[in-house]
Amino acid sequence: MKLNKTLLVLAMSALMLSACSGTDEKDASLTDGSQNAAGGINDASTSGLNKGSGAYGSEMSGSGMGGSGVSNGDYASTLGPEFNDPNNPLSKRTVYFMLDSSEVMPDFVPIIAAHAQYLVANPVQRITLEGHGDERGSREYNIALGEQRAKAVAGMMKVQGVSENQLQIVSYGEEKPAAFGSDEESWEKNRRVEIVYQAR
Amino acid sequence: MNFFRRILLIGLFGFNVPIGHAALTIEITEGVESAVPVAVVPFASQRAPVNISAVVNADLARSGYFKMMNEQGMPSRPSSIAEVNFKDWQGLGQNYLVIGQVTDAGGGQYNVQFQLLDVYKNGQLLGYRMTSSADDLRRTAHHISDLIFEKLTGKKGVFSGRIAYITTNNQGSKQQSHQLQVADADGFNPQTVASSVEPLMSPSWSPDGKKMAYVSFERKSAAIYVQTLATGERTRVAEFPGINGAPAWSPDGTKLALTLSKDGSPDIYVLNLSTRSLNRLTKGFSIDTEPAWSPDGSSIVFTSDRGGSPQLYIVPSKGGQEKRLTFSGDYNARGSFSPDGKSLVMVHGNGNDYRIAVMELANRSINVLTSGRSDESPSFAPNGTMILYASKKGRTGFLSAVSLDGKMQQKMAFNSGEVREPAWAP
Repeated sequence: MKLNKTLLVLAMSALMLSACSGTDEKDASLTDGSQNAAGGINDASTSGLNKGSGAYGSEMSGSGMGGSGVSNGDYASTLGPEFNDPNNPLSKRTVYFMLDSSEVMPDFVPIIAAHAQYLVANPVQRITLEGHGDERGSREYNIALGEQRAKAVAGMMKVQGVSENQLQIVSYGEEKPAAFGSDEESWEKNRRVEIVYQAR
Repeated sequence: MNFFRRILLIGLFGFNVPIGHAALTIEITEGVESAVPVAVVPFASQRAPVNISAVVNADLARSGYFKMMNEQGMPSRPSSIAEVNFKDWQGLGQNYLVIGQVTDAGGGQYNVQFQLLDVYKNGQLLGYRMTSSADDLRRTAHHISDLIFEKLTGKKGVFSGRIAYITTNNQGSKQQSHQLQVADADGFNPQTVASSVEPLMSPSWSPDGKKMAYVSFERKSAAIYVQTLATGERTRVAEFPGINGAPAWSPDGTKLALTLSKDGSPDIYVLNLSTRSLNRLTKGFSIDTEPAWSPDGSSIVFTSDRGGSPQLYIVPSKGGQEKRLTFSGDYNARGSFSPDGKSLVMVHGNGNDYRIAVMELANRSINVLTSGRSDESPSFAPNGTMILYASKKGRTGFLSAVSLDGKMQQKMAFNSGEVREPAWAP
């Protein structure tokens, strides 16, 4: 854990260096150090408009740490063979939803139950429930819809004994689509909650 | 007679981008039949780095108010009023003529002068002489367009304004990056304000145009930042558990309306930027989001699904009774006020189509302006004549603008990547 963090910080400074050498760094005076320094977590780079493109810390998702976005090849696959066995419900970590709905469909109840059981048996394990929506309608409203979906899954898990502090919820709305088309097939794939296992 | 007034243009920003670098190409997809014929004669120029008259011509064409004369059809190329034969231009059906010249003043400075002439009254409506550095020549050209536009329409021009938007490169790939950018209103001089591999959302300009609030997921959860554009300096102003979204600057610049779900379902709050105190405006189990201030700061319009489907509601900005505003259509969201406060623009959904619509507050009549299937994020131009919005065709997201009556449409196509969430600078 500690080692991981150190590595992250090292990797981050390396990235900053390479970012700087790659750009015409007239004045990479970038700020917000006070806030971003904490935790060694991802910083976005920001630029002053009247300066060169000042690169700052770069987004890091440290390899094997959950990855960014849509990938389901998250930390879970390292937890045990049951997470990779297609016949085991733990291998399924995406819950799909109907249009404009945050109601969990019957097909997904056993999948959520299996993850809930695993979490009850492994109380140190934490997960993030990432809520998503399709592209239709306005973006911030879709953020709200995505959160409702993630909360619906969280609610079912809590009923089955999963502790509140094992669950983290984030809604990405339509910002991280799994499929990129503008058709029913893509929309179905995008209305989802991803169950992402966190590194212990 | 003092025809010329000398004014000095001081560039707000010394942009460091190569001149002529465009991120957007603009295509007018629908024009107005009643457009007024105007001829912009190529300015006499000693090899200035920017073709000023071409920029002015493109600006005026883009507005939809004018029908620009093709350069090839011009009978002569006067650069001073003495050289103009008004009869020639009358015969060609031109109402107005723009002539001018650019001269090298040395030391990287240029003198730019132009005159707007009324072809039928054989006289000048407007004349200016300006000094501009080479870097500011495009800005000077947009300023000329603003002056001409205002003289001919009585409305403030928006050509020297700026727009913000979000763009994504390499979407879906490992190298995906999201950028919040600011560009001139014609898409030139794109500048990156913030960049992240995690999503960026909902840019909102401060009323003075100097700062921007936006949502960033860079820490794997939503947070709202306020960033000073000139320096890149920023502050994280909201990072509560759950949603931190939809920041909207109050007209006096002291507060942000935003959406937080820390207390359960998403609700509208007002954050005082100096004291950091929060005032909660809505409660209940429904989704309440997308706040937008009325121009006088007294009310906030927002989206709520409390009635079963998303509709627009209004609440006093200090808190109070909430009232429903929209009743027609099964989806009305992301409302915002016109600069005069008399109408609201919104995303209006019907079946599978989401379009931009304007509702007049006086009679609540809704006028659908666009015809796309997935139109969103409408933003009024500061002069209230145009609405900028995001549209999608297949996998490509692009920006479009539509006039308030829906008659003039233009598409702003990006050279690469997907572009969305436009916000016109105040």
